[in-house]
Amino acid sequence: MRSKKSWIMALALTSVLALSACGNNGGNNTAANEGNTGASSAPTETSGAEVSGSILASGSTALQPLVEQVAEKFMEKNAGVDIQVQGGGSGTGLTQVAEKQVDIGNSDVFAEEKLKDADAEKAKALVDHQVAVVAIAAVSHPAAGVDTLTKQQLVDIFTGKITNWKEVGGADQKIQIINRPASSGTRATFEKFALGTKTEDLPGSIQEDSSGTVKKIIGETPGAIGYLALSYLDDSVKTLNYDGVEPSVDNVVSGKYPVWAYEHMYTNGEPNATVKAFLDYFQTDEVQNGDVTELGYIPASKMQVSRDVAGNVTNK
Amino acid sequence: MRVQNNETIRVQSSKSRVEKHHIEDLIGRSYMSLCVLLLIVSIVSMVYFVTSRGVSTFTIDKVGFSDFFFGTTWSPEGDHPSFGALPFIAGSFITTLLAALIASPLSICAALFMTEIVPGWGKKLLQPVIELLSGIPSVVYGFVGLSVIVPFLRNVFPGQGIGVAAGALVLSVMILPTITSVAVDALSALPRNLKESSFALGATRWQTIARVIIPTTLPAIMTGVVLGMARAFGEALAVQMVIGNAPFIPTSLFESASTLTSVITLGMGNTTMGSPHNNALWSMALVLMLMTFLFVFIVRMLEKRRSI
Repeated sequence: MRSKKSWIMALALTSVLALSACGNNGGNNTAANEGNTGASSAPTETSGAEVSGSILASGSTALQPLVEQVAEKFMEKNAGVDIQVQGGGSGTGLTQVAEKQVDIGNSDVFAEEKLKDADAEKAKALVDHQVAVVAIAAVSHPAAGVDTLTKQQLVDIFTGKITNWKEVGGADQKIQIINRPASSGTRATFEKFALGTKTEDLPGSIQEDSSGTVKKIIGETPGAIGYLALSYLDDSVKTLNYDGVEPSVDNVVSGKYPVWAYEHMYTNGEPNATVKAFLDYFQTDEVQNGDVTELGYIPASKMQVSRDVAGNVTNK
Repeated sequence: MRVQNNETIRVQSSKSRVEKHHIEDLIGRSYMSLCVLLLIVSIVSMVYFVTSRGVSTFTIDKVGFSDFFFGTTWSPEGDHPSFGALPFIAGSFITTLLAALIASPLSICAALFMTEIVPGWGKKLLQPVIELLSGIPSVVYGFVGLSVIVPFLRNVFPGQGIGVAAGALVLSVMILPTITSVAVDALSALPRNLKESSFALGATRWQTIARVIIPTTLPAIMTGVVLGMARAFGEALAVQMVIGNAPFIPTSLFESASTLTSVITLGMGNTTMGSPHNNALWSMALVLMLMTFLFVFIVRMLEKRRSI
């Protein structure tokens, strides 16, 4: 029995080593293809240095799948590290990291936007690590008959001034708004960068919190309009261009398409060695060009523009 | 000599047996006391936590009591935040009452069928089905509601299908097992001689059911209805998926509305602890908790009436 067990252990170990070696190679190859040689490949090699300890992360459910997948890989490479990723929402993540209940707080929005007024001091202690970018597109029911909407048209729709698709050149169909709850990070991003104004909830509008449900309702409800992260888009809904700009990854990266936000991983003060190693691993090309793009996010490292809390966009 | 020996042995052994018994007794009692203590501490601390969070809307954020309970404008993230929770309180009551109205006749009929009309195969067939209903997770109810009930309502009635009617229909199926099982218990606990004397007087089966069985068991059946309503009032996920969650008092059955639970689940994770928005959600949780106490109180009253 014992010898059998040790055989299995040995097999598992070698396969893990082989797998991680493959991952490393893949990362280096893409790095070479991208033309970012030298510095970028260095962290991939140093990630072999053993760190140990446990990391607890909580917060944004939009970011959760990515953190979980990367944590899985990181734990394979570093046997001594134990990472637990919990959801709960951006507000929960920020609260818990500010009160030091977790090591990392995941958030869809800048901490300063959530921790306001009396909590503003708490936000100052937090250190921001931007790991990915999420772009959000306006989408409609396929039969609405509209390809593109201007900023003003979107504002008029979401404030209830325009209530029929024919007013924006579409079918004669009542507009049904599928919104997010007032506290949602996706809604905040959409309102800030697509509409430029906050909106009130309208009577008869529909609010759902899960992207999957939002997509299902928009696809099935005649005349529906809403907004979704790029990773959720498919043929069941019609993706609308914004002021004529297509919401594509290239347009987001070059800064042409403005409706996007960072995915943040906050630590309280500077992270310890284990957390730092994990966060550094996020910035490696292996993760940025692998897991991040694979799961439908846009690599933060690829962005040609950057944005601060106030929303000022600068070229990198 | 011999007898004496035996006696001393008997005394000794009985002594040791008593001690073992005492120790087991002590362990059992202290374990139970510990569990009960833990239960009391956790319940008290939960009530304290919800209450202290819930009242901070009024004490710290200075939201007026009547603004909260009778205000109809809910705009917690706006430039001039306002926290009117009336639409959600109304939404919770409307859906709960509608669900009880739909489910009660169905449940009572099912219970009568199982106990009075076809106790044999009727019970064998219906009981497992109804038990199955109570075991289905609420997310499944929500998804079925979204995929079956909502499109059906959209095709048949005006509106988008999502709304109060969809929420009430989903809830009515969810509370069906609660009401039915309590009603079945009440009906099968009915003394046989009541029924037999009714039959002896020449009453038919329907007369017996309508004039004797239902009036006698009504308090117990009402207990089931109230328990079902308590479940409907507290149900969150399934309702949230199909009701639409617009913060307005609905003007029609097919219009989007919110319940207390749906607003709490939508907002709790996205708000930071201690912010006015978050506190307002805890105040709603407090309202929910107080309503649960009220439901328990009503059930107690009904039980008291039954025993008389």
